Amino acid sequence: MFGWLVWRDLILAWRRRADVLATLFFFIIVVSLFPLGIGPERETLRTIAPGVVWVAALLASMLSLGRIFGNDYQDGTLEQLLLTPQPAYLVVLAKVLAHWIVSEVPLVVIAPVLGLQYGLSQNGLAIVVVSLLLGTPVLSVIGSVGAALTLGLRAGNVLVAILVLPLYIPVLIFGSGAVQASVTGSSPQAWLLLLGATLIVSLVFAPWAASAALRISVE
Amino acid sequence: MLEVINLTCVRGARRLFKDLSFSAGEGELVELRGPNGSGKTSLLRILCGLATPAAGEVRWDGRSIRKLGEEYFASVAYLGHQNGVKDELTAIENLRVSGAVSGTPLGKGEAEEVLTRVGLSQQQNLPAQVLSAGQRRRLGMTRLLTSRAKLWILDEVLTSLDDAAMNLSREFITEHLKKDGIAIVATHQDLNLAAPRIQQLRLS
Repeated sequence: MFGWLVWRDLILAWRRRADVLATLFFFIIVVSLFPLGIGPERETLRTIAPGVVWVAALLASMLSLGRIFGNDYQDGTLEQLLLTPQPAYLVVLAKVLAHWIVSEVPLVVIAPVLGLQYGLSQNGLAIVVVSLLLGTPVLSVIGSVGAALTLGLRAGNVLVAILVLPLYIPVLIFGSGAVQASVTGSSPQAWLLLLGATLIVSLVFAPWAASAALRISVE
Repeated sequence: MLEVINLTCVRGARRLFKDLSFSAGEGELVELRGPNGSGKTSLLRILCGLATPAAGEVRWDGRSIRKLGEEYFASVAYLGHQNGVKDELTAIENLRVSGAVSGTPLGKGEAEEVLTRVGLSQQQNLPAQVLSAGQRRRLGMTRLLTSRAKLWILDEVLTSLDDAAMNLSREFITEHLKKDGIAIVATHQDLNLAAPRIQQLRLS
């Protein structure tokens, strides 16, 4: 059943790929605006690169949060999913996994190309990818809680930002810390381990919170 | 067997009903009637576990549905105002996905058979968004046919159906009752069912 749900969400995303591409282009544009605005000094760019890439990733992933449950809520498939004999925890986990594949993995793939604009070394680019790989699932899974809580509310999109962005702060600090460390030549290992730990903790608790929130929103 | 004990439902500041009690046994049909806004949908959503009552309890085979959780959901099929149909998926994909997710996976052949039964064999490979309102309702109904649920909870099941489809849904409900199923149906029209045990429930 888990596989079917993931497959379903992937197919749906493919048939509405314009939505998905919008998020990706948002990320590309935001990251590319900074070198244009700040100027071409290599040192400055290299210093701001970690922060810019990570903040852009946070904002881009936030843009797509509404899609995790929003469409299913509107056409009534969400309540059907909640009435299936498996725990809502699994439903949330499957949807989060699909959201990550659809909305976050493209960011991870394109990030090294964008990193070139900031003059990052090969090692730096590799750390960008690794930190995003560890950090973006956290964004999806924590975001699912915010998305579930604001389901069906009129100002939902703004509320999601207010609810979720503060919770993203640890990921931002650890993720950009890892890239920063590799830029300055020290080891990013500690930051990456912290990111991994955040991922594990959020995977355990967030889907549970999101499923409780879904039950309240559907009611 | 479904037992409803002293159920009270409050929406906003309004109390829709108070101390409602009834029970439905195997092969029984409960016809739920009442004017718009009398709480029919709210009652059905409480019965299928989507909403919580302000007071009272719903029991399935003697145990509270709150405690049963997912175990209860395996015995319930709910067809609400929304059909639960994905616009971007074709009719057959909709059917197979909802079957697989609710624990009754269907082969391609089986799914085609079910679609033929509800008269959608021509439309099986069309995305649901091009189907008419009635056809989408028919597609929603297929969920009932494929589920093994003992308790059917149907909200305004006859809306936007043509005569043929109405007869079809009557046929499905009768068949379900014959197999010792239980059906709770909110409706404005007469169902005209030849069920052995029919209970009328009025909300005001």
